[in-house]
Amino acid sequence: MADRAATLAEALRLRAIFEAAGALPVETAILQPAEVLLDLYGEDIRARAYVTSDALRGEQMLRPDFTVPVVQMHMAHGADPARYTYSGEVFRRQEEDARRPNEYTQVGFEIFEREAPEAADAEVFALFFNILKPMGLRAATGDIGLLIAAVEGLGTTDRRKAALRRHIWRPRRFRALIERFSGRAPVPETRAALLAARDPMADAGPLIGLRGPDEISSRINALREDAQTPPISGDEVALLDAILAVRETCPNALERLRDIAVDMPAIQGAVGRLERRLEALLARGIDIASLDFEASYGRTQMEYYDGFVFGFHAEKRPDLPPVATGGRYDALTRQLGQGREIPAVGGVIRPGLVLDLGGAA
Amino acid sequence: MSLKLGVPSKGRLMEKTVDWFARHGIALGRSGSDREYAGYVNGLEGIELILLSAGEIPRELAAGRIHLGVTGTDLIREKLAQWEQQVEELAPLGFGQADLVIAVPRVWVDVSTLDDLDAAAAAFRLKHGFRLRIATKYHRLVRDFLRDAGVADYQLVDSQGATEGTIKNETAEAIADITSTGDTLRANHLKILEDGLILKSQATLYRARGAAFSEAERVTLAQLRARLGID
Repeated sequence: MADRAATLAEALRLRAIFEAAGALPVETAILQPAEVLLDLYGEDIRARAYVTSDALRGEQMLRPDFTVPVVQMHMAHGADPARYTYSGEVFRRQEEDARRPNEYTQVGFEIFEREAPEAADAEVFALFFNILKPMGLRAATGDIGLLIAAVEGLGTTDRRKAALRRHIWRPRRFRALIERFSGRAPVPETRAALLAARDPMADAGPLIGLRGPDEISSRINALREDAQTPPISGDEVALLDAILAVRETCPNALERLRDIAVDMPAIQGAVGRLERRLEALLARGIDIASLDFEASYGRTQMEYYDGFVFGFHAEKRPDLPPVATGGRYDALTRQLGQGREIPAVGGVIRPGLVLDLGGAA
Repeated sequence: MSLKLGVPSKGRLMEKTVDWFARHGIALGRSGSDREYAGYVNGLEGIELILLSAGEIPRELAAGRIHLGVTGTDLIREKLAQWEQQVEELAPLGFGQADLVIAVPRVWVDVSTLDDLDAAAAAFRLKHGFRLRIATKYHRLVRDFLRDAGVADYQLVDSQGATEGTIKNETAEAIADITSTGDTLRANHLKILEDGLILKSQATLYRARGAAFSEAERVTLAQLRARLGID
């Protein structure tokens, strides 16, 4: 593993490249209030981040990434548009693989920009691509926005769509919901009994706890409504599957998605964005004909990317995590912006991995 | 040096462990008064009895400070990351059976499965502005289980005892706890989710993979294995 001094020197070199690309260097605190991160990521973050506490400020987390504090900083007093860079350590609990470091350096670049989001996507990707080019890594790209658009376009109730949207980043639960909403999975016996009961509360026992009778009855009503909802058609499920299965070079993927969009017009907007992004990448000198596109890429990452996603992997070292990752996170700025929002895209490089793999200079 | 055997220092778990070893011709007991935490082993030479709190036995095994230890499967899996690499299960002891389960108020007639819990948690968060609270002392096991099941919008709150009471006290909406008969859950108007079984636990004899074994200790272990009928 690269030593700390060498990693820091590499981090500064990378940060200087980002500064030369117009980014303002920023710093964030290492201790972050746990509440914000928990609200965003849910309980899972506890398995990935170190939590500590004191009696005054309560629970704090050792910074698991820079994106959240940088977004908060920008939303509080950032210029518009803005480009930022940062470098510093992040901390991740490791409970599965003791060889993975629990403390490592990240160097990041983020763009907050309202105009021409595809151009900003391409700017970030091309910057990363050119920095990492000497390393011969495999670049993968994807677009979570396609799946989000496909879900929006399903011919079913808003409630079902909301349930699916909520689980876009949990592929197994998403699949289970699709099975149920399309009528392929049987209705659980208890659910059937509940729906058939004249008075569902007849044998319910005393009311205890904070979740009130109004909440219980509103869910029963929702279940009754859902039971009356026709299943999502086999054709639509097949189209969803077809989107998720797209794994081609970019031009072929675009062609494939255009074909699918004929039968599923809801994704036309997202396909148009992909097309404009590819044009912007081409204009920046990226050879899109050999660039991979995987429609399900990035779905198991932390759930804030909601559009373009990318990663750079050392193909000969499948044991290593990606050297660089990034993507678009418009919804995150909305969640952290307290009523304001701004489209944003960015990524991070791990200088320690760059050095371990022989360097990028 | 002798082979160090860690055994729970009190309660039914201790009594049953003593009974179990007695059935295999090995007598365990306290050396002095009832309050003394030193013990003797009769029936097999070269074993030293270490009386410990059941909750500390996983840590002592992982550190290799004891060679063998009796504790619950639940505690090993909660407290040791990648437990298979740290300890070997020598024998399930057939007592201390308990299930780690997720339970919700019986009045939640709309919630019978994890699927329901997930949907109820989403609605709960919208209405109350915070994530549905599940009280437990088994944080790792519960979190891993719910992540695998794709349940979101919940939070774990720590409860080291009387966990069934947290719902009535409105410090949690659901619980994840150990139950053997389900009586306590029923008495507190709770029900177990159909697919809410996280782990079936029982008292188990473990060997510390990281403990140093001298030649004499290795021989003692082989004799003990033979006596207990473990290949």
